[in-house]
Amino acid sequence: MTVVRHGFLGALSPAHREQLVGFAKEVSFPGGIRIFEEDGVADRFWIIRSGLVALDVHVPGRRSAVVETLGEGELLGWSWLFEPYRWHLGAQTRVAAQAYEFDAERVRAARAEDPAFGLAVTHCVAQVIARRLKATRTRLLDLYGPPA
Amino acid sequence: MTVPVPYRVTEREAETADTATIVLEPVQVALQPFAPGQFAMVYAFGVGDIPLSVCAIDGHRLTHTVRAVGAVSGALHALRPGKTVGVRGPFGTGWELPAAAGLDLLVVAGGIGLAPLRPVVRQALAAPERYGRLNVLIGAREPRDLLYTEEVRGWPAALTTVDRPDSQWQGEVGVVTTLLDRATFDPPSTAAFICGPEPMIRATAGELAHHGVDPERIRVSLERNMHCATGHCGHCQLGPLLLCRDGPVVSWTRARPLLMVREL
Amino acid sequence: MADGAVVIDKAGLDALIAVLTGRGRTVVGPTVRDGAIVLAKISGGDELPYGWGVELEAGTYRLRAREDGAAFAHSAGPQSWKTFLHPPRERQWSADRGADGELTVTEDRTPPPSYAFLGVRPCDLRAIAIQDRVLTGGRHVDPAYRGRRERAFLVAVECTEPGATCFCVSMGTGPAVGPGYDLALTEVLDAEGHRFLVRSGSAEGESVLAELPRRPADETTRTAARERVAEAAERMGRSMPLVDLQVLMRETLTAERWDDVAARCLTCGNCTMVCPTCFCTSVEDVTDLSGDHAERWRHWESCFDRDFSHLQAGPVRDSSHSRYRQWATHKLGTWFDQFGSSGCVGCGRCIVWCPVGIDITEEAHALNRERGGADGEGTP
Repeated sequence: MTVVRHGFLGALSPAHREQLVGFAKEVSFPGGIRIFEEDGVADRFWIIRSGLVALDVHVPGRRSAVVETLGEGELLGWSWLFEPYRWHLGAQTRVAAQAYEFDAERVRAARAEDPAFGLAVTHCVAQVIARRLKATRTRLLDLYGPPA
Repeated sequence: MTVPVPYRVTEREAETADTATIVLEPVQVALQPFAPGQFAMVYAFGVGDIPLSVCAIDGHRLTHTVRAVGAVSGALHALRPGKTVGVRGPFGTGWELPAAAGLDLLVVAGGIGLAPLRPVVRQALAAPERYGRLNVLIGAREPRDLLYTEEVRGWPAALTTVDRPDSQWQGEVGVVTTLLDRATFDPPSTAAFICGPEPMIRATAGELAHHGVDPERIRVSLERNMHCATGHCGHCQLGPLLLCRDGPVVSWTRARPLLMVREL
Repeated sequence: MADGAVVIDKAGLDALIAVLTGRGRTVVGPTVRDGAIVLAKISGGDELPYGWGVELEAGTYRLRAREDGAAFAHSAGPQSWKTFLHPPRERQWSADRGADGELTVTEDRTPPPSYAFLGVRPCDLRAIAIQDRVLTGGRHVDPAYRGRRERAFLVAVECTEPGATCFCVSMGTGPAVGPGYDLALTEVLDAEGHRFLVRSGSAEGESVLAELPRRPADETTRTAARERVAEAAERMGRSMPLVDLQVLMRETLTAERWDDVAARCLTCGNCTMVCPTCFCTSVEDVTDLSGDHAERWRHWESCFDRDFSHLQAGPVRDSSHSRYRQWATHKLGTWFDQFGSSGCVGCGRCIVWCPVGIDITEEAHALNRERGGADGEGTP
């Protein structure tokens, strides 16, 4: 049994989870495939069911710089929730991945129609963002680095 | 045991650019056996001694992984087989893995924090029937900083993440706490063993406690300035604890209130 | 009487020093030197500070001539017995590297001196017991300390003249003597003369006593001695708040008062040097010019030193706030957790020798008030 403790879906109430899953379709990606690019239109998002996806930044002269990897149960993409709805990172599968894919426009419409659902989804996404911000700040400390 | 006992370096393996694992064998007299989590004071002739945890338990052989960051660690790192060092010990508390019989095991290591945890993993792998599921989560700065890579590849449930991937790195990127999501364990019946930089320990232990792991079953290895290791010099105090005596391994129940006070 | 108490006079005190010296002991006692009453090797009773007292206040120490000629009517001086039992600098071991690179480590086996301490105050007697616990009471024993301690003969003197910075009553350590002495003296000066009530607390104390010119203790002397000690208890210059200090320290780790004291504290570490229980040390390793002989030396260290808590990236306790807090909370609070008792004996040295007059009792009262304890609770 895998205990999903932070999985995006696990953070929603059963009713809202069902409502959200109603918008989902199952997709799979081979390894090494680019899912989205920086500045692309954020018209979808995913919840990863298996595999590993790397978020990266394009740096001229360097192969893509990976800033974080996402795996099972994690939300891939939150730029769809906020204007201007454009990706600020790129995403590429490390290995073959399976995911639930959501049409961002439909979820945004549902959010507008049903404020309770909208709040719950926004709350969940905010939790994910907060957690990633915390992790990023920890990494900024370069704790494993040589002593200053 | 008040003076260092001579031990000879019999093996040395470079782990990373600044880290090496040395194997020590007694020249004549051997110290009492060490338990995983305990540490030795290893003396480089004329330079000084530093605490080094044991990263393998094998009869009278002592194995230590040392990172060259100061005068003593630099001198120990530079040793080659045949050289002699002085060793005092064993000191401090251990991980006490046997107390976790029947529980899922979560071993979380950051950087060189993997060294004191390696004997725990080996112990658990040697007696799988005694424990539940074993998860080993390893965080490091860069792929080239990873320790014991060959051995870790052979560990069935080890996940590794790095802060700064290189172009060859195909694994996870991020802090070690994010690996908790990928681990398979049942919080109410889990024992955790954590060693790494203090913010990493706080984040990991805090998250585990939040998700229902009993803080008494979260064991963390802490670091303070150890000089004498015998409880006489006062340097390694952390509030009520003398870490050379009451630590380095303590429960999260004890550690948490102390680590949350700034400059305690 | 059944307790075997006797009375000796000044000649008896001289004889005591002579007997102890005759038994091969180095007698250390109070003597006037450099404007202070210091502890030093003495060879005769004439070196004792007869007729000298002290005036103490926060940051102040002055010798004062006494009319009565008392020998022990002075409070704690700048030193304590730890100078002798736990010396400021000591070689622990030496190491030699042979031609083949082999290492030989030799424990320092300098024969420990055989001390007799004359004039150990009740507070300091307790301080010795506290250091015993730290250095010999745990899993690891400091062999050099134990060697000196086991050979030491302790002549305690009850306190009849507390100083303005004394608070042994608060700490339960005086002014009457507690256990642990070989001989205990109480100085009595009245119309019947200058004399000392003496009790023995050990077999050796008994045998030393047997060699002194003495007379059985009379009731007048006993009563006078008892009364002088009881009066001393009423004249403490300072007191701690009447609360559980261990709990007070634990509950005030984030108090604003630490900022207040940090603004005054110079982090000079004087308090730790004069404290009779402060035991912290650092070690240094030295080699000779050949490079094949190394020594391990240990020296007193202070938790006020910035490097005391040094880790790879820097000190854990960087601010003076945290360093004063470490010292005070250790002394009054976490010492209980570590060694089962308070680390403070109420001798007041830290108050006297603080260059800016920081007073640990005043700080404890302030912390207690900030915590919400009754204001002035336990103040004299």
